[in-house]
Amino acid sequence: MLIPFFYELKDAGLKVSITEFLTLLEALDKRVASLSIDDFYYLSRTSLVKDESKYDLFDRVFGHYFKGIEDSFEQMGFEIPADWLEKMKELNLTREELDKLQAMGGLDELMEQFRKRMEEQKERHEGGNKWIGTGGTSPFGAYGANPMGIRIGQDGGRMRSAVKVWDKREYKNLDDSRELGTRNIKVALRRLRRFAREGAADILDLDDTIQSTARNAGYLDIKMIPERHNAVKVLLFFDIGGSMDPHIKVCEELFSAARTEFKHMEYFYFHNFLYEYVWKDNHRRHSEKLKTFDVLHKYGSDYKVIFVGDATMSPYEITYPGGSVEHWNEEAGAVWLKRVLDVYEKAIWLNPEQERHWEYTPSIEITRELMGDRMFPLTIEGLDRGMRKLTR
Amino acid sequence: MRFEGSKNYVATDDLKMAVNAAATLERPLLVKGEPGTGKTRLAEEVAQALGKPFFEWHIKSTSKAQQGLYEYDAVSRLRDSQLGEEKVHDIANYIVKGPLWECFNCDEQPVLLIDEIDKADIEFPNDLLRELDRMEFYVYETHETIQARHRPIIIITSNNEKELPDAFLRRCFFHYISFPDKDTMKDIVDVHFPDIKKNLLSEALNVFFDLRELPGLKKKPSTSELLDWLKLLLAEDIPPDALKETDVKKSLPPLYGALLKNEQDVHMFERLAFLARREA
Repeated sequence: MLIPFFYELKDAGLKVSITEFLTLLEALDKRVASLSIDDFYYLSRTSLVKDESKYDLFDRVFGHYFKGIEDSFEQMGFEIPADWLEKMKELNLTREELDKLQAMGGLDELMEQFRKRMEEQKERHEGGNKWIGTGGTSPFGAYGANPMGIRIGQDGGRMRSAVKVWDKREYKNLDDSRELGTRNIKVALRRLRRFAREGAADILDLDDTIQSTARNAGYLDIKMIPERHNAVKVLLFFDIGGSMDPHIKVCEELFSAARTEFKHMEYFYFHNFLYEYVWKDNHRRHSEKLKTFDVLHKYGSDYKVIFVGDATMSPYEITYPGGSVEHWNEEAGAVWLKRVLDVYEKAIWLNPEQERHWEYTPSIEITRELMGDRMFPLTIEGLDRGMRKLTR
Repeated sequence: MRFEGSKNYVATDDLKMAVNAAATLERPLLVKGEPGTGKTRLAEEVAQALGKPFFEWHIKSTSKAQQGLYEYDAVSRLRDSQLGEEKVHDIANYIVKGPLWECFNCDEQPVLLIDEIDKADIEFPNDLLRELDRMEFYVYETHETIQARHRPIIIITSNNEKELPDAFLRRCFFHYISFPDKDTMKDIVDVHFPDIKKNLLSEALNVFFDLRELPGLKKKPSTSELLDWLKLLLAEDIPPDALKETDVKKSLPPLYGALLKNEQDVHMFERLAFLARREA
């Protein structure tokens, strides 16, 4: 049951596990969901999808898999399990209606007729898209004139509203291959946490206290240790101006997320490619320059380095001395990048350009090669991969 | 036994489904969503609606999984040993029960809230896998196994500050409380302020949703902020017309402090309003 649906979800890239699938079946078995596709949609989502950024993907697969379920109800119709029909006995019928029902030969008789009629109708209207008897005077179907009609259409009505839920695709902006927000970036950056105890000793170290008290012949000897902090150290290099202008928003978000997430973070700007100078303030970039050498010497090799730039330029700007568009650089950009990588073993390059366009820009390919393939797109998913690389 | 929301809490269909699935199958329910959308309230309301005892465990960045089960108060035992107290000979006197233990000991099925699980260390959820799965744990100090008398309904909230491990997620039902649309919001406000003037409410909601639409806000106002703001509007007896004149793009709404909680947001807002006025 539902096994093709499970595989369709898996093929679409959702990480659904067998346990979760069995949980869903168990829940169906215990009648958590009533007989509406609306309920089934909510139930399957709550048991199979554990990440709101995957809701959109789930909606798409669900919509695709159950597409046209209303239209195909006729075909599905005669497969209605007996317990569906059983359910209908629970309908609230008034005394009067019950009497009329008796006139028809009782509920069981009605069910039997229903089943027969369904089969007949299937033969007659194959490929049609009408409900059985909807709006008519037949005893079967919704909105009919027959007082003891079986209201299948009511379910259908709810079904249509449910289809809207996933067709609306209201979780679209939560899809993680699309947009970044600071909160999401922070979550991705948190992968980089390295806890360490540094600073003032202000919390009780129980194990040590017990041990030293025992050694102290039972007299209390209290030991304190510093609290744990995130001790990861990060250097950020931002490409600024020119072709980076369209990406300002995403860079800002990355920057503000990184700033709150890392206590030890230093940032520098460069234009197009890294040369002998970087700067910290864009308004005074020509007066307050920092030598790249000084940066390399000041920050220890335990810093992790993240470059953010589109790496889109003329290849000469990377590979030739004097290639820079702004000034005469004595040494090629590639040499400078190499120097940084020699000092800092953990380094990645985040590129706001879409990954599938990279191969068409030679300078991106060159940079990627220089980085030893450690270039990642500036999306949540790419950031995630990058952070994994940095922690490895 | 089905949860259908309560007279103080408006639950959407998908939320009801998630709660009922978790309650029926006795598995934990993980709830995520923007701050202020009623994640924590949910557990209280479920307990109240189903008439079950309620336990809560609030997680901090220093919380350990062990603290939810029990803690061994070694320091007071050491102290007692120096004072020569009798009870020092029985270690059980120094075992302090945590919320999970209390909850397992309950005579009827309880509701347990584990609040803001993402605040704790990355390994925290992993340390609770067996406890949440089998609903039992072992006390090393006294060599006993504590087993839940009734599997509790566990509701876990998260603000998404940290990713939770897959193994943990697989054992939970999951629900993301998305921001309520205008109709649901009306229901929510009706529940909290049943006698609010109709037009005041609709004007206030318009201002509120316009405000949420503003690009670049650092912290968008959420449901709980709206409720606070309405409370203030009612207390100050602001007429609906005052709100009608408020175009969020042109001027700050009255008592905006309840809605905007970030200095930068207020500044940005004032600047936008200034620009809009100048253009007009």
